[in-house]
Amino acid sequence: MKIHLPNSAFIGNIDSFLRSIDFSDRSRLEITANKNWISVHPVVLSMVASLGLTIGKDNIYCEPFEAKSKNYFERMGMFKILGIDSGIKIHEHEAAGRFIPLTIIRNSDELTYFITEVIPLLHLDPVQAEPIKYVISELARNVFEHSESPYGAILCAQYYPDVNRIRIGIADTGIGIKNSMRQSYSVEDDMTAIKLALVPGITGTTTKIGGTETNAGAGLFFIKSIAKVSRDFFMIYSGHSLFKLLRTPVNKNVRLFADPNKDGHSENTDLPSWQGTVVGIDITLNQNNDFTKLLDLIRKAYSEGLTERKRIRHKEAKFI
Amino acid sequence: MTEIILLPKTGNFAENKDIARNIRLNELIPMLENGEDIILNFKGVEAATQSFIHALISDLFRKYGNSILDRISFKDCNEKIRKIISIVTDYMQE
Repeated sequence: MKIHLPNSAFIGNIDSFLRSIDFSDRSRLEITANKNWISVHPVVLSMVASLGLTIGKDNIYCEPFEAKSKNYFERMGMFKILGIDSGIKIHEHEAAGRFIPLTIIRNSDELTYFITEVIPLLHLDPVQAEPIKYVISELARNVFEHSESPYGAILCAQYYPDVNRIRIGIADTGIGIKNSMRQSYSVEDDMTAIKLALVPGITGTTTKIGGTETNAGAGLFFIKSIAKVSRDFFMIYSGHSLFKLLRTPVNKNVRLFADPNKDGHSENTDLPSWQGTVVGIDITLNQNNDFTKLLDLIRKAYSEGLTERKRIRHKEAKFI
Repeated sequence: MTEIILLPKTGNFAENKDIARNIRLNELIPMLENGEDIILNFKGVEAATQSFIHALISDLFRKYGNSILDRISFKDCNEKIRKIISIVTDYMQE
């Protein structure tokens, strides 16, 4: 595998980065980077770390980083998680208030510890920390419950105080959304599976609308909704497909839809195949983005979605 | 009425579905089977995920029907938790 960290890769322009990944030899990972400046979304770091974990440090070749921003990757723990000595010497800044370095979460107890002990290090107001806890809890649990990955969920996050925005990336190298959804649904391709997973009430664990006693099939819908209400990006990349929620312009009212096809989004279905699932999200931590208002919108969208699905499944009696 | 205090079990952010499942299987269902009505006390719980609430109560709708809401009450919920409970109770009754 070859992965090149470009000058810039955030959710808005991530397609070209994803297209550049070479998965042809999955026994080896070669990491190169832009020599001048590298500025990437945390989801990129989560992806690199995830790939490295699958093959082990002896099979990783990492070109020495030359870019001025190379210290960032050391601070975020990328070389450490890959087992590589980067040769980069930095004075460790306290992480408080700025970032969550690359972290592996394998089970429920590790997640609870992370939420109670690590997220508070961001020193955000409780109102601001709430959507972050929510997103990380739901996404990490998706990994434990659906991905079948032995490596768990790999995540990191970066807070950008100038725009008051947090960017979160989480990746796994499990079975991917298509294989997960196929346990209950007949899905032809990765994009169909991703969109199905975004519909509230649909889960790969059952064909019953509303899910099972432990899975409602609503987690990804909630997370997409959090991004939408904050007028930010959200992406899911699994197999060959990338679904990207686009920013809602400030002059447009935010409306949530149970059907992801109705959201302003872009699709890419011919990317190099990621074995597993990658989710990236941006959340603007505006105090006005009241979580209770979000829940009102979600309740409405959920109800409309269920009504629509019932209408589709509803059959009239035949009188002959 | 038997009251279950959630805060010591869940912490102030109720997200651990394993804990929700344990409460449901080891406390809620045995009490309901025993004919007791239940109060779920959320005092001190600041937030909960929809997944947690679903894991806690959705199966009760399947077992006992919508009338479960006549036997279970939710106490000291803040506005966010009320709304999440309402989302779950809405879709479980559809």
